[in-house]
Amino acid sequence: MSVAVEVKNLKKMYDGGSVNAVDGVDLATDEGEYLVLLGPSGCGKTTLLRTIAGLEQPTEGEVLIDGSVVNGLPPRVRKIAMVFQSYALYPHKTVLANIVFPLKAEKIDRAEREKKALWAADLLGIGHLTNRKPRQLSGGERQRVALARALVREPHVFLLDEPLSNLDAKLRASARDELKRFQQRVGTTTVYVTHDQAEAMGLGDRIAVMDHGRVRQVGHPVDVYDHPADTFVATFIGSPPMNLVKHDGTLVGFRPEHLLPDEIVRGERVMMPFHIERIEYLSGDRHVYGTVTGLGDETRVIARLPATVTVPLRADETYEFGCEMEQIRFFDADSGERSSPIRLGSGP
Amino acid sequence: MSAAPGIAAPEVSDQLRRHYARRHLIGRVSLYVVAIIAAFCCAAPFLWSAMTATKLNQDLYPTDNNPLIYNKAPTIDHIAYLFTDTDFPTFVWNTLWVGLAVVAITLVLGVPAAYSIARLGRRWSGPMGIAIFFVYLIPPSLLFLSLTRLVVWLGLQDSTWSLVVIYPTITVPVSTWLLIGFLKALPKDIEEQAMVDGYSRLGAFLRTVVPLLFPGMVAVVVFAFTLTASEYLYALSFISPTEEKVVSTGVSMELILGDVYKWQELQAASLLVAVPIAFVFNLFLARFISGFTMGAVKG
Amino acid sequence: MTDTVTAPPETRRPDIAEARVRLSDREGFLAWIFLVPTVVYIVALVGVPFVLAIAYAFSDVTTGDPSYDWAGLTNFNRVFEDDVFWQSLQNTFVFTLVSMIFIVILGKVLANILVADFRGKWIVRFLVLLPWTTPVALSTLSWKWLLHSIYSPIDWTLHTAGLIGSDHVYWLGREPHALIAVIAVHVWRLVPLAAVIMMVGLLSIPKDMDEAARVDGAGYWRRMFEITIPLTFPLIAVAALFGAIFTFTDAAVVSVLTEGKPTNSTHVLASWSFQRGIDGGDVGQGAVIALFLFPMLLAAAVLILRAVRRMETL
Repeated sequence: MSVAVEVKNLKKMYDGGSVNAVDGVDLATDEGEYLVLLGPSGCGKTTLLRTIAGLEQPTEGEVLIDGSVVNGLPPRVRKIAMVFQSYALYPHKTVLANIVFPLKAEKIDRAEREKKALWAADLLGIGHLTNRKPRQLSGGERQRVALARALVREPHVFLLDEPLSNLDAKLRASARDELKRFQQRVGTTTVYVTHDQAEAMGLGDRIAVMDHGRVRQVGHPVDVYDHPADTFVATFIGSPPMNLVKHDGTLVGFRPEHLLPDEIVRGERVMMPFHIERIEYLSGDRHVYGTVTGLGDETRVIARLPATVTVPLRADETYEFGCEMEQIRFFDADSGERSSPIRLGSGP
Repeated sequence: MSAAPGIAAPEVSDQLRRHYARRHLIGRVSLYVVAIIAAFCCAAPFLWSAMTATKLNQDLYPTDNNPLIYNKAPTIDHIAYLFTDTDFPTFVWNTLWVGLAVVAITLVLGVPAAYSIARLGRRWSGPMGIAIFFVYLIPPSLLFLSLTRLVVWLGLQDSTWSLVVIYPTITVPVSTWLLIGFLKALPKDIEEQAMVDGYSRLGAFLRTVVPLLFPGMVAVVVFAFTLTASEYLYALSFISPTEEKVVSTGVSMELILGDVYKWQELQAASLLVAVPIAFVFNLFLARFISGFTMGAVKG
Repeated sequence: MTDTVTAPPETRRPDIAEARVRLSDREGFLAWIFLVPTVVYIVALVGVPFVLAIAYAFSDVTTGDPSYDWAGLTNFNRVFEDDVFWQSLQNTFVFTLVSMIFIVILGKVLANILVADFRGKWIVRFLVLLPWTTPVALSTLSWKWLLHSIYSPIDWTLHTAGLIGSDHVYWLGREPHALIAVIAVHVWRLVPLAAVIMMVGLLSIPKDMDEAARVDGAGYWRRMFEITIPLTFPLIAVAALFGAIFTFTDAAVVSVLTEGKPTNSTHVLASWSFQRGIDGGDVGQGAVIALFLFPMLLAAAVLILRAVRRMETL
């Protein structure tokens, strides 16, 4: 498959080198892929996106779009479209005028422009809103206008900067669904920035997890979830985060949904006494908070029991809990990186 | 629809990049050129003043000399003369103390008024805010005759005190408007926290709002002082004796003996007043901007 | 494991039932008392004189004979008969209109410079603010010197460049040069003020809107005319109106620069009113002349209000 967007050894430094916003990133997207840049605030994901867009110039490294190096070229010739967190709709223009605006830079006449704009508006289901002004629209409708405006130039890459952050929590889920369906329908390569790991898992074909200007891991959501490359990825993805217990120089990791009562866990497994402090009831699951011993240092952990597990549990009591060997991950305690499995005590 | 090819082959892409680099350069150069022209145009009269104020008479007055260079060495005699032989120091002193007094009155009247309108929202607060702004639009050139009569009636004619009484009519409306803007930018939580902690509304105002408003008040002080120092019409109408005059009227009236203009001294005076005010004003420019923004946008 | 929380030291605090509402709590009272001094002051020293000014226009008050006697329309007749009045009325409008155009255009250019980032911007900002922050009488004096009939360096430069003969350009002694000079000083003085006001508008445009326009393909000029100017239009209007008001009501520039010369042809309403009312002592006539400032100001006030309202709806 041909490559749509690629960055090679990209670095962006501020303040004469004292701040490394982007610290050597190599990434390549497949054509038509939905790539999510995920990470906490300040990890460099937005800077990376803006560098791809041409709103920032890299200190080092190259940005390639469709195989051509685009360093030094302004945003408008890069065949990209961008949707900002605030949507940046022009408040004094109607919806139609907003969508038509990008077409004015191309040499097509007025009638043609309007036709294209209406096509984009219809595609997004806002054809009936073309005469309204942005302030008269709801959050979801504004997102659709921003997408129509992005679509109308038929760019090669969509760049989206946390477009769901300004929406109500309730609206976010449906907007997310709409976004994904829209992208699948249009088929354009998309690079999407977010700090919300649930969003990333739901939207991305692949996720690039970033921290402090570097990419920690790139992969399909399932891979990143099941086989995290280091403790940062392991604890950033998944809610509640992965439990990590220190055992000599190694961190032993297991996800809350794999920490189950003795009666449930079968096969090759590791057992540990689990002293329960409190239990939360969330959407049918039980989130059990407590401490485990025996595996390594005494550590506070969380277990997530689905509704189908009906083993009775009470706070202030200790139970035998276990985890399947297959689901345990190992990390080096100093570097946080994935390390080779070690022998743990406790048999079946 | 266009069959979207890649952006360009490498050589063309190189060319494109150089094209844009050149455009960027032209843009930067134009910016500098326009900025320099603008700065020069704005400063030209002052540059000329600075030069002539430090020129010897023998250098300046012969019409054959090139006025744009120093034909003889520069001198500070004229500046010294200003201080030793004219009433310039008196004018400056008058402007200073009148300015400070007016600024004090402006703050005492303006800060509570602004707080009342911005925070203690009554039904009449909105219209009152607009009314205060409109008062600012009634100019001295409309009121000066009646105010002159009023000043005479108050027995303040020919006294600098008349200015202290009347100038706040110019500074208070616009300062209140600015302060309303600054106040609206302060978060309400802090006052409300103080009230929950046991202070009355008045106490919360004095203890939390006034200290936080300090930067805004300083900006208003500078602005009001500038307005006061610049005022000309009232000063001209109310005051004739030389020793009561301020810089505005004193310099333009008293340093001219009949038909003889002591130009170099005049220019020196002009510069000595202009530069410090502009300097201080510049320091607070950013502050004004935020005040204007808040005041204008929030109404 | 729960820790026992140690109890705080005993203090006697009044019961809720004992609480009293003091004057400093009553917000209605505070709102009123904070505002009243200002209102009283303004009414007394602006409102009353305003009414008085109208009254004087119909009176025979002079500085020699300050007793108030009703004079009907006598002053109006006398003022209208005087050609200088009509000239000054025309001048006031012409100066204002011409100045306003230049102030808005040059102000917009200067506003862009003020927000730009470049080396030496602090010096440029300082120099560029000088015209407006300097007391008007003094900056006008500097101009008077710059345009001096004998010693003007402009004349010398033009003469040396061979553009004019040996005659001096009598900038302030001839029409239309004197009129142009007055307009030039007004424009020079007010462009910085207009620029600062418009700068506020420029800074309040969200950064990502400009970036979105850039990504959308709009070049510099299209962004300027389709995005920046429409969005800052209310503040451009405010700047234009402030510029108009300051020019319209000015007495200082004319008085200092030309003193109305040559032969009273450069007077404006404000300066002519001063000459008649204070120098000449005829308060009644002076009041009539000044009164003609009012309709324009009322119109400006209404327009400013509309511009501000528009800003709030964006």
